Amino acid sequence: MTERARYDTAVTLSPVLRYAILFLVAGLVLVPLLATALGGFKSLGDLRVNPFGLPAQWEWDNYWSIVAGPRYWQLLWNSLVIAVLTVVLTLAASAMAAFVFAHVHFFGSTFLLRYLLLGLMFPAAAAILPLFIKIRDLGLLDTYWGVVLPQVAFGLGMSILLLRNFFRQIPAELLDAALIDGCGYIRFFRHVTLPLSRPIIATVGVIVFVHSWNNYLLPLVVLNRDSIYPWPLGIMAYQGEYSTDWQLVLAFVTLTILPAIVMFVVAQKYLVAGLTAGAVKG
Amino acid sequence: MGAGMAGAIASVRARFSSWRRSTRPMDSRLAVALLFLPPALFLFTLFVALPMGEAAWYSFYNWNGYGTPETFVGLKNYALLVQNRAFRIALCNNLLIIAVSLAIQLPLALAMAILLADRIRGAVAFRMIFFVPYVLAEVAAGLIWRFVYDGDYGLLAKAAAALGFAAPYVLADRDLAMYAILIVVVWKYFGFHMMLYIAGLEQIDPNLYEAAHIDGATGRQILARVTLPLLGPTIRLSVFFAVLGSIQLFDLIMPLTKGGPSDSTQTMVTYLYSYGVTRMRIGFGSAVGVILFVICVAFAFGYNRIRTRYD
Repeated sequence: MTERARYDTAVTLSPVLRYAILFLVAGLVLVPLLATALGGFKSLGDLRVNPFGLPAQWEWDNYWSIVAGPRYWQLLWNSLVIAVLTVVLTLAASAMAAFVFAHVHFFGSTFLLRYLLLGLMFPAAAAILPLFIKIRDLGLLDTYWGVVLPQVAFGLGMSILLLRNFFRQIPAELLDAALIDGCGYIRFFRHVTLPLSRPIIATVGVIVFVHSWNNYLLPLVVLNRDSIYPWPLGIMAYQGEYSTDWQLVLAFVTLTILPAIVMFVVAQKYLVAGLTAGAVKG
Repeated sequence: MGAGMAGAIASVRARFSSWRRSTRPMDSRLAVALLFLPPALFLFTLFVALPMGEAAWYSFYNWNGYGTPETFVGLKNYALLVQNRAFRIALCNNLLIIAVSLAIQLPLALAMAILLADRIRGAVAFRMIFFVPYVLAEVAAGLIWRFVYDGDYGLLAKAAAALGFAAPYVLADRDLAMYAILIVVVWKYFGFHMMLYIAGLEQIDPNLYEAAHIDGATGRQILARVTLPLLGPTIRLSVFFAVLGSIQLFDLIMPLTKGGPSDSTQTMVTYLYSYGVTRMRIGFGSAVGVILFVICVAFAFGYNRIRTRYD
């Protein structure tokens, strides 16, 4: 992708029709989101008669009561701890493994790579019950690690694949030269591979972070104590408690998707790059 | 290229030759493999490979999770599943989700990608807007749509009332709930596929379009003869993601219906959750997991064969 590639697909629609369609779809996408954010500013009675429009009176208290309390921040903190631990461990384990698979060939290395990539093919849901038993037997139920370690394990396949494809583009001559001059593999990894691979590491990191941040099934099975709930579990519990107070639920939902939206705007480049890197290279 | 490479090698050589004096390389190829592979292999084996193998083993037992599995029942769990009404509904729903993803979601995504071509004004903004639902967590998206569909406070009820209908409780209706979920699926994921298509379209050589223009091809001919064939690998990939995602759908359904009313919106994974996990029927739930595994792996292998044939 040098200059922004032009891809004139010769659409013969008139501009008016084209924009009409685009605005219609954009409206359908945005209306639920805007109604949710605005609904958080309404009183329950207002919401009932007027779910679409602006609030008759802006009830800042709905949002304020959530932001002022500890619950919201606790949920975000738990999600953050779990996500950061998952990203750090996934990157460490998969970068080291990917380095070996990219540069060191030995008997059985292809087999080991295929073994690790098996994890790409099926979701954690397929093994969720034995996974629960395993985590329980290891004494990790109701701990961050009980969520983090399986998340790392299930994220390895994707990370190793993306990192290895990138590492392999580092020319073999460079490694040979380094080896001849007495620089070992490990030093080459630290001082050449990792610095050269910052973009792909950022991309993989963002993907792993988002997966962890949004993950629902695994924490649902592993965590039973609401003080360590990540936010998807917390918001479901909140909805259960306040199911009749839609305005509060809507305010809470808006506040919890806010970090994701901010993250998206900040890390957009890496998110979209990661998505298409995984896609095009396969 | 050649000169630059030689320069790079020379500079690296210069950097490393200074290290040679200070330390001897302790690590051989074997050492680096022995040091770098075990963390990944250990974690993967413990938390992915072993549990999947155990799922296959447990699926032959009746077990509540305490002690060791002792009540061997052979294939009875699988037989129960095949006869189970809710599980059959779940399978059908998964097929329905796949069908809607392929027949509605992907064409919509492709249409949006093509409409946003040619660097029209506002293309970047539209792209971002269409991608936002994909960025949201499934749980949040599900709750948002639970509000949309709410019979008392929701947008749909209000819109229906304005048109003179009675306010419908869509998610409480056995005949409507699954369709309501399908709409959310399209809403949530079409932006992802649109991004894939945009990336694919950007890789098509613009000279081809120009040549087609010069040869007098119409817009429709260009779409059918140039764009779509060249987009083949991207479309196959997007089909792959759509099918795999449809098979695994869970998070989105929990906040909406949890598989109800009366199992009408179960999928394989919500079924596994409600009948395996919450009731701690390890053997029975594992059998569902094994079926899920087999379907996913069979699909991945089938996809790979097709891909290697065409790409």
